[in-house]
Amino acid sequence: MSPSDPLVAIRNLTRVFDVSKPWLNRVIERLPKRRLTAVSDVSFDIPERTTYALVGESGSGKSTIGKMIVGLLRPSKGNVEIEGVDLFAERDPSVIEGIRSDIQMIFQDPFASLNPRWRVRDIITEPVVARGGDTKGLAERLLEQVGLAAEDAGKYPHQFSGGQRQRICVARALASEPRLIVCDEPTSALDVSVQAQVLNLMSDLKDEHGLTYLFISHDLTVVRHMADTIGVLYLGCLVEEAAPEVLFTKPAHPYTAMLIDAAPRLDAFGREVVPPEGEIPDPIDPPPGCAFHPRCPLATDICRRERPPLAPFGAGRVACHHAGEIELKAA
Amino acid sequence: MTDATGRTATPVLSLRDLTVEIPTRHGVLRPVDAVSWDVEAGEILGVVGESGAGKSMTGNAVIGLLDPPARIAGGEVLLEGERIDNLPLQKMRRIRGKRIGMVFQDPLTSLNPLLTVGEQLTETITRHLDVSDDAARTRAVRGLDEVGIPAAKDRLGAYPHEFSGGMRQRVVIALALCAEPTLLIADEPTTALDVSVQAQITALLKRLCRERGMAAMLVTHDMGVIAETADRVAVMYAGRLAEIGPVAEIVGSPRHPYTDGLMASTPAASAGQARLRQIPGAMPRLTRMPDGCAFHPRCPRVQDKCRHDPGPVVGKADYRAACWFPIEAGEDAA
Repeated sequence: MSPSDPLVAIRNLTRVFDVSKPWLNRVIERLPKRRLTAVSDVSFDIPERTTYALVGESGSGKSTIGKMIVGLLRPSKGNVEIEGVDLFAERDPSVIEGIRSDIQMIFQDPFASLNPRWRVRDIITEPVVARGGDTKGLAERLLEQVGLAAEDAGKYPHQFSGGQRQRICVARALASEPRLIVCDEPTSALDVSVQAQVLNLMSDLKDEHGLTYLFISHDLTVVRHMADTIGVLYLGCLVEEAAPEVLFTKPAHPYTAMLIDAAPRLDAFGREVVPPEGEIPDPIDPPPGCAFHPRCPLATDICRRERPPLAPFGAGRVACHHAGEIELKAA
Repeated sequence: MTDATGRTATPVLSLRDLTVEIPTRHGVLRPVDAVSWDVEAGEILGVVGESGAGKSMTGNAVIGLLDPPARIAGGEVLLEGERIDNLPLQKMRRIRGKRIGMVFQDPLTSLNPLLTVGEQLTETITRHLDVSDDAARTRAVRGLDEVGIPAAKDRLGAYPHEFSGGMRQRVVIALALCAEPTLLIADEPTTALDVSVQAQITALLKRLCRERGMAAMLVTHDMGVIAETADRVAVMYAGRLAEIGPVAEIVGSPRHPYTDGLMASTPAASAGQARLRQIPGAMPRLTRMPDGCAFHPRCPRVQDKCRHDPGPVVGKADYRAACWFPIEAGEDAA
């Protein structure tokens, strides 16, 4: 892997879930198989020491992509290359093992992701213990790094508040000295003032440890603050990719513009929002052509027939037949 | 309070030093502590605060749905000038749903999965209003229509699971409004929804309050939603009212240090800055409430007085803050 190569390279990643009824029901009721395409032909790179954010509404496939990157799910098509190694094609277990320890994950719910019967010390050192590493003083050191006290290592998760638990999750993710951390909605369960603490902590740790983040969130304001590059997902497709300054001031895809216009703003009291029309369509039976066309103000005939490819646009990439024609309503 | 024409109008909802207590083995906890405010007709009062601030508990106290052993230990709740906190259960039931509508966070758990939405709507209508079954059905269709459910007539026979999340929340709102209440209590009505659907629901709530002259108490933790929807805002901290006033003043130039910190710590407020402003520490537990002002251990402006004495209430009629050292206009907070 040359220094200019990205840490993570995702190519044509696709994941299809079989959501059919059980076999016997299908035979008796003569139902066809039903497939849900959660992620459809997604490609992007994450350069080392940057934060790539995936945003989208529920059902857009953002968590599925995160799970495939950490290896919790296998892709149906396409591949995930980390440090130049294709994780799902590589045969040598020692190579895979080496890369696996470079990847960690932080989950949304700090109440569900910590074992209530384990002491904090055991929780934090588990990723290292699992590989037979040295854990002496490790938990104490990490706890201090994430802003807790070394004595907390002997306590149980229930003795901590939500924000403190998420700090424990961050400490656990750091234990195996990873290069990539996949954060799936890491602050969605936290209060604003605590969210600010955790986001600041994550920024600091990124600089100290040279970390790379894949940051998955539905909250545009959080993403704008954290990301170097933002990828917008709609119904499993990557529709736009750009730097935050560009994306928030001059979005090129109508869906991005709709999201930004719909997001509540602090400085907009009494603003009369014209709410977006319609809802996300059924992913089992998505509309033909561009999946966004039924809700799109710019839709023309070609949008109903052909799915637009993700093509370079300005400094970013956009998948739209009418890229750049949309204007923000609330400028 | 007087309205624009100079008449004295009775507020739809008044809380007078409302206090809720929970007796426990470790002593008496006070999740709501002497909270007072008015909500006028046609007005949306936003109630914000972090988890554990007592905002939902206040809403539940108003509608008489406190889970025992929690109970109203002091103060009064007045609905259109009439006390409702001491009513017997039967009378309270007639007010709930009829004069006070409720919308909760999760639309799936507030609907009965075994009844069609038509059955749920007509049941509520016939229970509270003296109308025939036919008239109730017409009203149900009109209710669904009003909240923006397409082909309302054909959807009466549908079950809650056949609707999407946003449509379900619309059904819940239709259900809350079908008996034409004068007060709506919405507890985190958009928290479980996506941004685009959230914008649809908040726009709907705003329109309905304006058209019907209904008063609403909107409980949420989302500052953005409050800024866009509410006319006035009440900020709660550790069961107490920290600050209350018109939305532009609270969001634009907050005077209580907690409100100020809360606004500054939202990522939207610090766009383009490397670090978010954070409030150190966390909200105190009810079992370990600090003396004096509840916010003093986290407050950047704390002085000796704050540690012993809860802050005085400063401000005029439509604006109040509970603080010894409120931030003056043009002054830098921290």
